[in-house]
Amino acid sequence: MIDLILASSTEVKSAAIHIDWLSLITTVASVVSIFAGLFFVLAGTLGVLRLPDFYTRLHAAGMTDTLGAELILLGLILQSGFSQMSLKLLIVGFFLFITSPTATHAVAHAAYKAGLKPKLGKYKAPEIDGDVK
Amino acid sequence: MAQFLPYINLAAAFFLIVSMAMMLGRLLGGPTLYDRLLAVNSFGTKTVLFLCVFCFVIDRPDGVDIALLYALMNFIATIAVLKFFNYRALGVPLIKDQTRNARRKGVSK
Repeated sequence: MIDLILASSTEVKSAAIHIDWLSLITTVASVVSIFAGLFFVLAGTLGVLRLPDFYTRLHAAGMTDTLGAELILLGLILQSGFSQMSLKLLIVGFFLFITSPTATHAVAHAAYKAGLKPKLGKYKAPEIDGDVK
Repeated sequence: MAQFLPYINLAAAFFLIVSMAMMLGRLLGGPTLYDRLLAVNSFGTKTVLFLCVFCFVIDRPDGVDIALLYALMNFIATIAVLKFFNYRALGVPLIKDQTRNARRKGVSK
């Protein structure tokens, strides 16, 4: 695959054997990062649809959405280069990195306080101390 | 060399749309309120990603601002809906003793 890309790029430049290594590495890293992020986002969605319990669904959505979002935004930052756009994408990634686990934690805590029981089998859920039921 | 990148972005946008459509299933058929809320939160995150990718596809950098605004609004909406369904009101101060009293009042009613 890489040999093919290299061959096509050298054919375009015909006589010169000069290869733009920085652009090649950036492009390949961007594509790999975007596809890894898409894999995580789709896996998280499948987990939310398929898993049996609310808390397991929360695990699937919370973990994979954060990592997938960061990877896709990293790929877009690599595409846009060093510009104003990449700064804005960095700010979007920072806010997602802060707010997505916070929202997941808030939803889990609210559900546990409201008395939604997890499927545990033989294990037992811990008590929340200092809570007035 | 990088002329195929818009097609990669278009494929990413398509799969994000597919993922959002699959998340609608949990949103419409979730057994509890918290399942629906989780689906709404995840849907919002995917909307932010779709806006970022799609403004690369159509080559207009305005979409990232809207995505930034949407990320903040999504978080605030999730917290507000959680607070509303916990206390049945939005004007409750979130200091511990006062909230406990307010919660007892809400339970006793």
